[in-house]
Amino acid sequence: MPALIRKWKFPFLMLGPFMILIFLFFFLPVILIAVLAFTGMDSSMQWTFNGLENFKHLVSDPNLGVILKNTCLYVFFTLLINVFFGLILGILTTYFIQKESIGLLFRTLWMLPRISPPVVYVLLWLWFFDPSQYGVLNSFRAFLHVPPEKWLASNPMTAVILANGLVGASYGMIIFSSAIKSIPGELIQAARVDGAFHWAMIQDIIIPAVRWPLMFVTLWQLLSLLTSYDYILLLTNGGPLYSSEVLALYSYHKAFENFQYGYGSALAFILVGIALVMTTILWKIFGMNKLMGSSRIE
Amino acid sequence: MRTIAAGADKRILLWKKNLPHILAYGILGVATLPIILMYLWLLLSSFAKQMKYGFIPVHISLENWSFLWSNVQQAGTTYPSIWLAAWNSLLFSGSLTMLEVIIGVMAGYALSRLDFPGRKGLMKMTLLLHAFPSVALLIAVFYILNFLGLFDSIWGVVLVKTALQIPMTAWIIKGFFDDVQWDVEWAGMIDGCSRFKVWYSIVIPLIKPGIAAVSIFSFLSGWSEFLLLYSFILSDANVTLATYLQKLISDPNQINYGLLSAVSLFYMIPVLVLFIVSQKSLMQVSAGGGKRV
Repeated sequence: MPALIRKWKFPFLMLGPFMILIFLFFFLPVILIAVLAFTGMDSSMQWTFNGLENFKHLVSDPNLGVILKNTCLYVFFTLLINVFFGLILGILTTYFIQKESIGLLFRTLWMLPRISPPVVYVLLWLWFFDPSQYGVLNSFRAFLHVPPEKWLASNPMTAVILANGLVGASYGMIIFSSAIKSIPGELIQAARVDGAFHWAMIQDIIIPAVRWPLMFVTLWQLLSLLTSYDYILLLTNGGPLYSSEVLALYSYHKAFENFQYGYGSALAFILVGIALVMTTILWKIFGMNKLMGSSRIE
Repeated sequence: MRTIAAGADKRILLWKKNLPHILAYGILGVATLPIILMYLWLLLSSFAKQMKYGFIPVHISLENWSFLWSNVQQAGTTYPSIWLAAWNSLLFSGSLTMLEVIIGVMAGYALSRLDFPGRKGLMKMTLLLHAFPSVALLIAVFYILNFLGLFDSIWGVVLVKTALQIPMTAWIIKGFFDDVQWDVEWAGMIDGCSRFKVWYSIVIPLIKPGIAAVSIFSFLSGWSEFLLLYSFILSDANVTLATYLQKLISDPNQINYGLLSAVSLFYMIPVLVLFIVSQKSLMQVSAGGGKRV
């Protein structure tokens, strides 16, 4: 027995704090969400179990239709910008711009939105869409003597998609450009000698090389977009009314604004379910090494 | 005659060859211009009393920066001091970094080197958690913090944020330990050092670059954190730069972009400095850990 203790003591000590944190803020919350989803907990924090009440309420929720529609629009179009614009940025900065320092400069500039704190980044968009004549869009209108427009109120979804799209594009850009850079130089040279044109080069060499990263970025971003909402919260807070509210933000609002913790948990429970399925898919397709390959610092 | 024609041909050929590259520069330039302009605006408008057409600064002054020496007042309400917010942000990011690095180095070493039951399972779990969208769990986290009496406390949010980032941090550090040669450790142990002593005094110094990269990354992500601080902290005494700026932005009486951009720039100084210092490794870490919580 003492020998056994001596053998496991060190690993136990080293992993202890790690395990406690993970238990406290990953495992326990998953269980709690699953249980809370079947209660009508409100600001009095009482555990009143009410069976499937929350889910029945959800189905008949008058806001559900517009929220689901928003979620689909938001995820689809943001993903489109993330992936395609990211790919274009990656190809432009690594393949067409052959001077590495200039490509790096452009990539660094595109990282600015990503490293900026969300509050600062959103401020820039608020100024862009400002309803007075001092906003960027409205100062263009002022030049043409057109009265200012309340962009955020009239096009909240477009604003949300653009702001999130640009941030995500830089993520795609980095992954794609490192994939393109790892194409052997001889392959590109050989194709050049054969007289391959740029389009053929993109189609036959670059696209096959980024096929896996492309899939990875798509799935990964899909997962993040479904469940994270801090830019929406800051930019429009889901408004006006429910016109830019998405499912994840709705769950947040129900819990932290209306103090309907039970109902909010039911919504979160569904999201966690979707996320678990998607994580499993990511896992199955990419396996352990591919999933982490991108975050190892070399 | 012939040489001129040949020269023209050559020039056309050269053009044809270079056109896609020139086009690439053009497209990238146009696409990047808005980003450059936005951050330029941030800088200009922080020093201007007024912006003509929203873009051309008039009346250059330091007035917007007066929040550095006197508290901001707006429609009867006085905001907390910016230095309190800066101190709290520093406290938050600093303790987050310390905690994350210490726990991450310990766990990363165990994952890389030690043998214990369930090692494989733990490794898989660490990876899965990295993909797990923890924001969906915010309600439950609120319940736990409330239960522990850590609601409305910076320390509570430090714990939550550390937990959410620790799977990735431990995994990155594990990668660094993997690259350290076994021989180094054997040599130390043969010389009579305990496992702990070898780890502490021989192996850790070898992964300093990894520790530096992880530290910078976690400091930055703590410095930028918004959602957790906004959700779990109420009192003005615990205000951080992120929530301070958010308060200014969402104040309906406050449309003073000069002040907002000056506070934003003040807030961004550490971000920019650290980004310039560590740009290369940061771009790589950020690609893998890009999921914002």
